[in-house]
Amino acid sequence: MKKDIILAGVGGQGILSIAACIGTAALDEGLYLKQAEVHGMSQRGGAVQSHLRIASTAVASDLIPEGSADLIISVEPMESLRYLPMLSRTGWIITSINPFVNIPDYPDMELILKEIWKQHHYVTLDADAVAKECGSMKAANMVILGAAAPLLGMKPSAIENAVEKIFASKGKDVVELNLKAFHAGRSHTMKQM
Amino acid sequence: MEKLLLLGDEAIAQAAIDAGMSGIYAYPGTPSTEIMEYVQASAEAKNRNIRSIWSANEKTAMETALGMSYAGKRAMVCMKHVGLNVAADAFINAAITGANGGLLVVAADDPSMHSSQNEQDSRFYGKFAMIPVLEPGDQQEAYDMVHYGFQLSEDMQIPVMMRITTRLAHSRTGVARKEQKPQNELRLPSNLRQFILLPSIARKQYRELLTKQERFEAASGNSGFNKLTDHTDKKLGIIACGLAYNYLMENFPDRNVPHPVLKIGQYPVDPALIDSLYTSCDELLILEDGYPILEELIRGMLNNGKRVRGRLDGSLPRDGELNPVIVGAALGLDHARGNDVPALVKNRPPRLCDGCGHNDAFLVLNEALLEYGRGRVFSDIGCYTLSALEPLESINSCVDMGASITMAIGAADAGLVPAVAAIGDSTFTHSGITGLLDAINNNAPITVLILDNSTTGMTGGQTSSAFGKVEDICRGLGLSEEHIHVIKPLKKHHEENIEIIRKELAYNGVSVIIPRRECIQTLGRKLRQKAKMKELEITQ
Repeated sequence: MKKDIILAGVGGQGILSIAACIGTAALDEGLYLKQAEVHGMSQRGGAVQSHLRIASTAVASDLIPEGSADLIISVEPMESLRYLPMLSRTGWIITSINPFVNIPDYPDMELILKEIWKQHHYVTLDADAVAKECGSMKAANMVILGAAAPLLGMKPSAIENAVEKIFASKGKDVVELNLKAFHAGRSHTMKQM
Repeated sequence: MEKLLLLGDEAIAQAAIDAGMSGIYAYPGTPSTEIMEYVQASAEAKNRNIRSIWSANEKTAMETALGMSYAGKRAMVCMKHVGLNVAADAFINAAITGANGGLLVVAADDPSMHSSQNEQDSRFYGKFAMIPVLEPGDQQEAYDMVHYGFQLSEDMQIPVMMRITTRLAHSRTGVARKEQKPQNELRLPSNLRQFILLPSIARKQYRELLTKQERFEAASGNSGFNKLTDHTDKKLGIIACGLAYNYLMENFPDRNVPHPVLKIGQYPVDPALIDSLYTSCDELLILEDGYPILEELIRGMLNNGKRVRGRLDGSLPRDGELNPVIVGAALGLDHARGNDVPALVKNRPPRLCDGCGHNDAFLVLNEALLEYGRGRVFSDIGCYTLSALEPLESINSCVDMGASITMAIGAADAGLVPAVAAIGDSTFTHSGITGLLDAINNNAPITVLILDNSTTGMTGGQTSSAFGKVEDICRGLGLSEEHIHVIKPLKKHHEENIEIIRKELAYNGVSVIIPRRECIQTLGRKLRQKAKMKELEITQ
């Protein structure tokens, strides 16, 4: 088993909590893992990405080789396209369609969606709306994680346990909200597949 | 033992705690910051009474660590690569004094300049100081090498450097711990003159350092961190340093490279090890993340031996960090390709946060400077350097910690009057104070903005040595009260702030303006903490 995942977003959007959930689940499943993060200057509202590599045998490089990522998981639609050269021809894009506009020349949303829909395998969803229905827009991350879950090659229960672990310190309500968001995201993808 | 999921930085910190370290000193700098942060947050470190202090700069950190080593205890000092330039005086001379308690210097390089102004290779500093250098290939090795490094430092009575890069520092993986060691007892050096570098003593100490070189080479041959794996296809021999080894292995899914491979993790390298590879292979390929330091040594200035490939002959790019694809290409291997980035994808550079006080401060400065024209603002290293970008485009320089004030003096001396310096509070106490003293002593016609967000912002909000002291420092340096102004960088004070700066720009001498407003990130964190405490009170 091998899953090479690019996590994409804008500094401050919290892609690292998605990474933490997948990483914790992988470790609990006894899988090998390497995760390269971006810290420092780009965290100030710039484009950020993280390379997350999970495998049943030891992982060599911290960086995913170009053209071989299995998944791009993005919390921002334009950012999902920035890493296309990393994605394998059989890889999937899972992205929210909620733009984070902090540059003056942000492209037309319709054109961005057209580009995403040109790719072979993709799941697009309005994560903000789904999260809002679950109780809070703050859980949009977990909606995206849920949407990616059927493609991660791990048992859904393993990821659920990880979500519980990661948010346990924030109280029961937060855990429940995030689990609800996770399930909503997951069923969105299951319906499409 | 259970594996911990740790960043490279965190693995180093945990290892130091486990290896009996008594103190860690550092100045924040990407990608090294998380080492100190981990120790400061560690309950174990607290229980063991480990000192963990943000120093004013890397030089004071290096010297403090050296003092702890003098007293016989294990000390670690951490910095980003350019921080080693600041600490260089202490660092180079610490090689001459030697160590007593184990002394580990961690320098975190940033090839590809993800968050830095250059990509200098700290291994050159290690070679310059003539001390052993450890370069871990992964996070587990980083953990193991800290234990080994402290021991080596005590065995050889020498500071030991650990050189890491961004990719190792900020990548997370499972790390297994070793058994914890007790800390050293207080123990003075056996020779109480060892640390007195008077010329007569320094000459002796330096000769001793020279004679230790052979032992350093032998140590790197015996430690297991430099490992030759033989293989049948000797048309090519490969030397892979640190992380480059992983990029090499990534190209062979069965991890079976058909050529002999020498993995390097410790310097100085035993020449016999290089020789055995060189003699048995037709040509060599050297993979190094950073500068081509081994490559240059092996091929020599004349380059008249066997073919040596790497960054110098174009087999690998001359700059930037390596990755699996670059290394594969040097081996003639093809790689899969994804689709191109669509043309509509726009750059998204980092920017000042919404609600950041620096933004208001620079809007004021821009307007106050309108009558003088552009090109006269010398700045420094920190979040406020982002004011170089659109839409502010306020500053004209960013070179090294503290260079804003001193460059402004030089430019003013050349006739660029008024010249303006913009420096953060933490950078000011790091390396700006001496520059301001120069300015005051020479009555330079400069206006200095000390942008006080009460934290070290760019690296994530660490304690600033300047906190609560900025005006007092300026007064103490001899600046008169009437030319020190604290302003509140808020929209509602925009006009009055412009007036204050305008007046001081017209003054023919040194003025200091202190726009003071807490960093929006640290403020937000505090407010969230407060809300959480309140919630707890209610539920209890």
